[in-house]
Amino acid sequence: MAALSIRALSKRYANLEVLKGIDLDIESGEFTVLVGPSGCGKSTLLNMVAGLDRPSAGTIEIGGRIVNDVAPKDRDIAMVFQSYALYPSMTVRQNITFGMECRHVPKAEQEKAVANVAKLLQIEPLLGRKPAQLSGGQRQRVAMGRALVRNPLLFLFDEPLSNLDAKLRVEMRMEIKRLHQRIGATIVYVTHDQIEAMTMATRIAVMHQGSVQQFADPDTVYRYPANLFVARFMGSPPMNTMPARLEAASDGAVVVIGAGRPDEVRLRLRGYDAAASFVGREVVFGIRPECIAEASRTFSSDAPVRVDAPVELVEPTGAETMVLLRLGGEPAMARISPDIRPAPGTTAAFALDTRRICLFDPETERLIA
Amino acid sequence: MTDAVLTRPGRSAATELVRRLPEYLLIWVPLLLSAAHLVSFALWTIWISFTPSTLVPVAGWVGLRNYTAVTASRNWQIAFDNLLLFGSAFVLLSAATGLILAILLDQRIRGENLLRSIFLYPLAVSFVVTGTVWSWLLNPGLGIQKLVHDLGWTSFKFDWLIDRDMAIWTIVIAAIWQSSGFAMALFLAGLRSVDADIIKAAQIDGAGPVRIYRRIILPSLWPITVTVVVIQLQFAISTFDLVRALTNGGPGIATQLPALVVYDLMFQRSLLGRGAAAAVLMLLILLTVLLPYAAWRYVQRRRAAHA
Repeated sequence: MAALSIRALSKRYANLEVLKGIDLDIESGEFTVLVGPSGCGKSTLLNMVAGLDRPSAGTIEIGGRIVNDVAPKDRDIAMVFQSYALYPSMTVRQNITFGMECRHVPKAEQEKAVANVAKLLQIEPLLGRKPAQLSGGQRQRVAMGRALVRNPLLFLFDEPLSNLDAKLRVEMRMEIKRLHQRIGATIVYVTHDQIEAMTMATRIAVMHQGSVQQFADPDTVYRYPANLFVARFMGSPPMNTMPARLEAASDGAVVVIGAGRPDEVRLRLRGYDAAASFVGREVVFGIRPECIAEASRTFSSDAPVRVDAPVELVEPTGAETMVLLRLGGEPAMARISPDIRPAPGTTAAFALDTRRICLFDPETERLIA
Repeated sequence: MTDAVLTRPGRSAATELVRRLPEYLLIWVPLLLSAAHLVSFALWTIWISFTPSTLVPVAGWVGLRNYTAVTASRNWQIAFDNLLLFGSAFVLLSAATGLILAILLDQRIRGENLLRSIFLYPLAVSFVVTGTVWSWLLNPGLGIQKLVHDLGWTSFKFDWLIDRDMAIWTIVIAAIWQSSGFAMALFLAGLRSVDADIIKAAQIDGAGPVRIYRRIILPSLWPITVTVVVIQLQFAISTFDLVRALTNGGPGIATQLPALVVYDLMFQRSLLGRGAAAAVLMLLILLTVLLPYAAWRYVQRRRAAHA
């Protein structure tokens, strides 16, 4: 059963269209991440699911019931806010029980629910404290406790980790993922951080300028980005994209980067039948940094492609060495072995994993193959 | 070269001093001057209160005689009782009025800016003007009572201004009119500073507007409430011009307040020593309000620093 169905949802403020016909179906138990740059409409969408904002058109269905005219409290949802939004004058315990108090749940039942949640999140020692006496991570936990205690059909998270420092963010990220695995809740999670999206989601909806660019599992989004926006937004550093030309070859096609230049790069494509209609035309060539490596790398393929390329910049990160090089005159990032440090200004040999190349239509920016 | 490096720390300290000289001059000179005035005149008044001074200050020591004389006088006793009644009624009612106005303004109504200015405007009016205008309004022969009589309701009676028992309430009314806008401004700022996400969270939790105000918004206002109460209280204790213009302590001495007693003793009866004693008593009353407030602020700040 779909836990959440969104149909042709749009939102207009005066003459500014914030959301343009969103369609999403989220299955029960899924961890869906809405990701996009700021201003893409992801938080507006979440607010409308929560009932805090009204859509201009379209329907929202939670658990098979259209909730457009249902008050937030009756939508069977719980929400975790970026600012945590804990009630400052109440203790942690009162923060967690406030919703039950509003719904007139008997005291004994409230006690039991608080005890369960406190144990799950390990916040038992904090129950008597006020939010001001808690650290960022503890507040985050209490905010989640307040959502969990409701045991709703749908959890909504609005950038819950962006106020935490980097280390705590990684910890809480794992904790939220573990929580999802343990209780199997349906979660809609908004973030601008593509790493959070990749690491936590079972499905990612990449949003840009008020519409969903791609809605798929993380691997698909990463491996087959639906368009240039998704290709450049997901991944850090993002996918290298550059203009190229597709030419016919004896057994398929060849991508030519920097055609006509002395250092032009010709890459033979295999298994890109969908690109056949683009032979003889311009395309946008995309390759992930990890698909360009030092020459000795084989990418577990029988015949990796090797090219010589000038090295412009070398960034050792410890775990790997990032190299800015030129492919047929176009800049590209490569992710090579940490102990290899080609000298800037020289030309070095690199291996390319041509099985994972993406080609985009330069007109529509859509993925061809 | 070596010399330059070695002397650099000393030189930079000197240039630092020169650079910050305007700050020191602008902040410390006025601060020290005003502190010196405040402290020296307070000390001088305390000294006078222990001398037998009458028309002019004279040296001598009379111990607590001025104090016993003041506290035994009927004038002071009435003034003190009036202060208790006026102070508590005015502070509570103006805070309540301000809070209600702030909550009503917080409902995202049209013309909010205009209304806010209107409610805040009395604060820009001098107390003498407030007192004078209200003395006309409350004068039975000129103001509200006459207006209602002229409209035909001739049995209407509103003569608190000349009623011994009710006259003090006219001061309360005028003072509330003058300063509840100020309380409103502070409360409105407090209401607006409540994080919008908290309200949204409460809506999702199922709380209605009354519960949201009662359980979430109003509790977060109490630091502002303390500030409002303390500021209004110190105004109440030092009230002089309002009463002087509105009732001048009358009818009789029914609306006497400590500041009027000080003025009366010092400048009308030429009893400088006793006037000074009454002034020192006022200062003590003020300190009973301000010292706990200062202590509370200190505790709050320490707690904030720990969190």
